[in-house]
Amino acid sequence: MTAFKLQECHKKTIEDICNSYNNDPGDLIKILHKCQTAFGYLPEDVQRVVAKILNISVAKVYGVVTFYSFFTMTPKGKHAISVCMGTACYVRGAEKVLDEFKEQLKIKVGGVTPDGKFSLDCLRCVGACGLAPVVLIGDKVYGRLEAYQVKEILDSYED
Amino acid sequence: MSHYKMHLLVCGGTGCRASESEKITENLNAEIKKLGLENEAQVVVTGCFGFCEKGPIVKIVPDNTFYTQVKPEDCAEIVSEHVLKGRKVSRLLYEDPETQKHVEDSKHMGFYQKQIRIALRNCGFIDPENIDEYIARDGYAALGNILTEMSPQQAIDIMKKSGLRGRGGGGFPTGLKWEIASSNKADQKYVVCNADEGDPGAFMDRSILEGDPHSVIEAMAICGYCIGANKGIVYIRAEYPLAIKRLKIAARQARVYGLLGNDVLGTGFSFDIELRYGAGAFVCGEETALIKSMEGLRGEPTVKPPFPAEKGYLGKPTNVNNVETYANVPAIFLKGPEWFASIGTEKSKGTKVFALAGKINNVGLIEVPMGITLREVIFEIGGGIKDGKKFKAVQTGGPSGGCLTEKHLDTPIDFDNLIAAGSMMGSGGMIVMDEDDCMVSVAKFYLEFTVEESCGKCAPCRIGNKRLHEILEKICNGKGTEADIEYLKNLSKVIKDTALCGLGQTSPNPVLSTIEHFLDEYKAHVTERICPAGQCKALKLYTIIPEKCTGCTACTRACPVGAISGEKRQPHIIDVDKCIRCGACYDKCKFTAIHVQ
Repeated sequence: MTAFKLQECHKKTIEDICNSYNNDPGDLIKILHKCQTAFGYLPEDVQRVVAKILNISVAKVYGVVTFYSFFTMTPKGKHAISVCMGTACYVRGAEKVLDEFKEQLKIKVGGVTPDGKFSLDCLRCVGACGLAPVVLIGDKVYGRLEAYQVKEILDSYED
Repeated sequence: MSHYKMHLLVCGGTGCRASESEKITENLNAEIKKLGLENEAQVVVTGCFGFCEKGPIVKIVPDNTFYTQVKPEDCAEIVSEHVLKGRKVSRLLYEDPETQKHVEDSKHMGFYQKQIRIALRNCGFIDPENIDEYIARDGYAALGNILTEMSPQQAIDIMKKSGLRGRGGGGFPTGLKWEIASSNKADQKYVVCNADEGDPGAFMDRSILEGDPHSVIEAMAICGYCIGANKGIVYIRAEYPLAIKRLKIAARQARVYGLLGNDVLGTGFSFDIELRYGAGAFVCGEETALIKSMEGLRGEPTVKPPFPAEKGYLGKPTNVNNVETYANVPAIFLKGPEWFASIGTEKSKGTKVFALAGKINNVGLIEVPMGITLREVIFEIGGGIKDGKKFKAVQTGGPSGGCLTEKHLDTPIDFDNLIAAGSMMGSGGMIVMDEDDCMVSVAKFYLEFTVEESCGKCAPCRIGNKRLHEILEKICNGKGTEADIEYLKNLSKVIKDTALCGLGQTSPNPVLSTIEHFLDEYKAHVTERICPAGQCKALKLYTIIPEKCTGCTACTRACPVGAISGEKRQPHIIDVDKCIRCGACYDKCKFTAIHVQ
């Protein structure tokens, strides 16, 4: 959490988000969704501010953040790679594709490349089982993927 | 929709959009404009056709031409040939795999012949972003009729008579659920739609919300009237952006038309809906956990009773149904409960939507009458097993369900038969597996999921499932013993008996059902130390076939642990004790001389 320095303007952003939900703790999950969209992830400092504004304990906010897999406390890469590990993708070889991503990027699941370009995650079923195995990079969906195509796809992301 | 001679329906579901269906729509429109056919033909972006295997789909009505795997560059030909000259583009037509003939009319496709579409009645027919198209198919007629001519109890009686049971997994009678919520008095009640479809491999709820969002909104309003609630909440996965978008558009349009909001249709009844987003937690599909999550808390289930119908969201009576259940409701009122009850089996009425996936030819979304057999689903609708392999099992009910095998192929599918067979209906995911799938690995895969998704509140689920997973891993790594299999069975039973919520209680099902039906496979792993399907890496046995080996030494150089030895131009040998089963030799060998067992 050292990389993230909370600025006054960040506080303002969080305040505005909480305000738009009348600072209601019942809307905590919605507020966290908005904060994650704004900051890309939910560092400790952001959680502290949210807790303070909503007048609930930091532990409670942290409890919710760590409970739901959609929320993350580590920043994602510029291009976030999500390999679907739903059952349909699994039986059609998602594991091999995932291994190839790990091999090519030299990172583990949940990791980010040192240059911050790619991050690698697994997710459970995007519901495009007809295209299994499926990989999402950012918003782009790659379907019927095979391990040998991985390098080519990664190369297509130049910057 | 009537003044155009022809409609070009383009699938706008998530699957087809991933294969450039938006570009197809754009190109079709451009071509139509170029040829001045704007008054003749209209392009409509619809919900999912179900035939995801061959997407993107373009269907042309009224002649029911079904084009598959359409590419953006095919659009010019479709418009200039089909729309202008009335000649079908035969190379894009669906080809029947058996007769290898093009199917001219989609009604004759094996995939659709056995289907009855009730919940999916509008998916692939209407533009989900246009309320008029829903209304043109009798949308909101049921709501109007109920509000003006029925008492809440009369409407509940119709629901009870229809025999509809909850499609989210539990199979609880919907009418009864509504009656209980209705009988509990409170100043505020809630109608909740569970759209937190977390079962991996199931995408029916997503497709309904993407293809026909109004049917869910209408049903929620009907439910609101029946139980006396004026607030509806859709709890939807944040991972479904398209479904969220279309639901929001639909709600906005319904408000403009006076179908949501204060004084619906001038009857004095008020009802509106809002959206709550899930944040990726499988357990939130359980209704009490879902309610906790809606309150902004960790989605941990609570002990039932009290049931949500008594004390639910914010402590008020709450009715929770899933998307597919709601999608059936307007049709029941339009066509009558007798009609609905005439479909299906004695105790399971109507139809069920299944998401067919895995090693099957026609991956997609199907809706079939209850009582259909697995054989019909897999071999007639699903087109059989991919690459001509042998059918091994089908997994239903997701992480809470079990496997069905060849001996169940002719069992009629309904709630009770599936439970009797050791699985369950679940939300309707059907994952087909072939001879190459190792059932121990499959059980391990599901346990991995459960361990990750367990909310951690009760010990049997939090610790017990972790132990189950560890033992399965041990077996897959070739270190299991026969006693482990017994231990798996005992521990599974304990978890079933003692876990707090429905998810914990059903989590050992994949283990129990695979042990029951594939005991031989478990035994092979622990006694002979082989994986009959050849999937478990640690149990693979690599040997060199001497007749095929030319002694080129490529494998010797590839082996990272020096396990291969032999003279040049002489057959080589793999030292089994040194071999780490990495498969490098197998990949390198040009003469297919490496045998894997």
